[in-house]
Amino acid sequence: MSLAELICPAGTPAALRTAVDAGADAVYCGFQDATNARNFPGLNFTPDELAASVAYAHDKGTKVLLALNTYPPAGKVDLWRQAADTGALLGVDAFIVADMGVADYIARTHPGVRLHLSVQAAASSPEAIRYYCENFAVKRVVLPRILTIPEIREIRKEIPCEIETFIFGNHGLMVEGRCSLTNYLTGQSTNMDGVCSPASDVEYKRHTDGSMSSQLAGFTIDCFGADEKAGYPTICKGRYTAPHRSEPYYAFEEPISLNLSRLLPDLVEAGVHAFKIEGRQRSKSYVRGVVSAFRQAVDDIRAGREANIADLVALTEGQKQTQGAFETKKWR
Amino acid sequence: MSAGDDTLPRAADLGTSVLARLSCVIVQPVLTRVVRRVAKQHPSLFSRLGPHQGTDFVIDPVELPFALHLRPDPQALVFRAVARNAAPEAGATIRGKFMLLLELVDSEEDGDAAFFSRDLEVTGDTEAVVRLRNALDDVDGSIAEETAGMFGPAGRAILARLRRAYPT
Repeated sequence: MSLAELICPAGTPAALRTAVDAGADAVYCGFQDATNARNFPGLNFTPDELAASVAYAHDKGTKVLLALNTYPPAGKVDLWRQAADTGALLGVDAFIVADMGVADYIARTHPGVRLHLSVQAAASSPEAIRYYCENFAVKRVVLPRILTIPEIREIRKEIPCEIETFIFGNHGLMVEGRCSLTNYLTGQSTNMDGVCSPASDVEYKRHTDGSMSSQLAGFTIDCFGADEKAGYPTICKGRYTAPHRSEPYYAFEEPISLNLSRLLPDLVEAGVHAFKIEGRQRSKSYVRGVVSAFRQAVDDIRAGREANIADLVALTEGQKQTQGAFETKKWR
Repeated sequence: MSAGDDTLPRAADLGTSVLARLSCVIVQPVLTRVVRRVAKQHPSLFSRLGPHQGTDFVIDPVELPFALHLRPDPQALVFRAVARNAAPEAGATIRGKFMLLLELVDSEEDGDAAFFSRDLEVTGDTEAVVRLRNALDDVDGSIAEETAGMFGPAGRAILARLRRAYPT
């Protein structure tokens, strides 16, 4: 059986302490800049905050993983190198990287620190994963959310590193690390600036009939009726009119979250080493609730008991959940 | 209805307005103490607010007779109760039931989940709201409990009663 480590999100030092106290095996976080894919206003860590947080986590036996999972624009690698140097100095347990240049720098400069391949690298074949392992000594791959469990089981047999999969949270099925939708509307890049639907470009409008529209850079991407649940203002989950449709429709995805709580035993059996919870942009309340629920579930599985999973639908986007491609390739 | 009816305040509106202004006068001393105490106890809040320390937030507890005006400028803090028709032009407005807003301040509820369920409504500058949310979320402990504690056993009793009255 794999270890089934629980990898938990932290957007602030207080959220990190919450995750540690709720039973995280490892917490992942990022600096307050473009080096990570949750470069949101008011979120993330200063170097001093990360130092204190690493000390707190290590004192409780929890690892800290530093997300450096964006792509430096050509010729502008210094920010990523400095972040790696700072992270190594502060004693983080692993870097989560997507860019080969960043991976190469860390492999050469800080060979004692583990490298994990971010989902943003979109490595979904044994050949791609082996390339990262052989060239940059990657120890773990975070798989894109496009594979079935049988496919994961087959990949596991053919790669020399650990597998981490998302089990809960945001569910976006773009080719991860390649999405340019935000860039198209706002000029900012999800993959290089670390911002998907930057808050500075988001506006919500309340209408007299109780409906609410969400806009990004002046474009309306959805309008929720008075009694409808809402989702994030991301283009991939927008609802659009089209000449061939009589009603607005979700062209790419719909507001929904991944929840694999019922598939945890199958994932363990398939050889998944670590379970990742998405949501560095979420509150301590979310971290406390989701981490506690999955801590209990993983402990049950480790002990050979049937996992008793708390109902987490209230925390899901649009208050809907799916097992996505993990259950069937027919998803979307 | 005649044209004249539109221009004269109705008795019910007048009553609401008087109630709002009276409520503001009653709660204002409490709000002033609360905001000063929070600022003193949690100075790190302000760095996460960044350029939005000077933003005017209007926080609208829908069932109360007044709204709250917050400008989290550490040099000139503003936190005051205002009648809705006298609220300043808001950089950002946050609207929801009182207890939900209180639980969000304390991270007892998740803001995104409250937004998804439509219990929380945000208009205006979204970045300002995201910064305020993240700043508050990095505070350890309960601002509501701290505030209640400022007023001793009576304050704690009122908070407990509020929580019973607003089951989540």
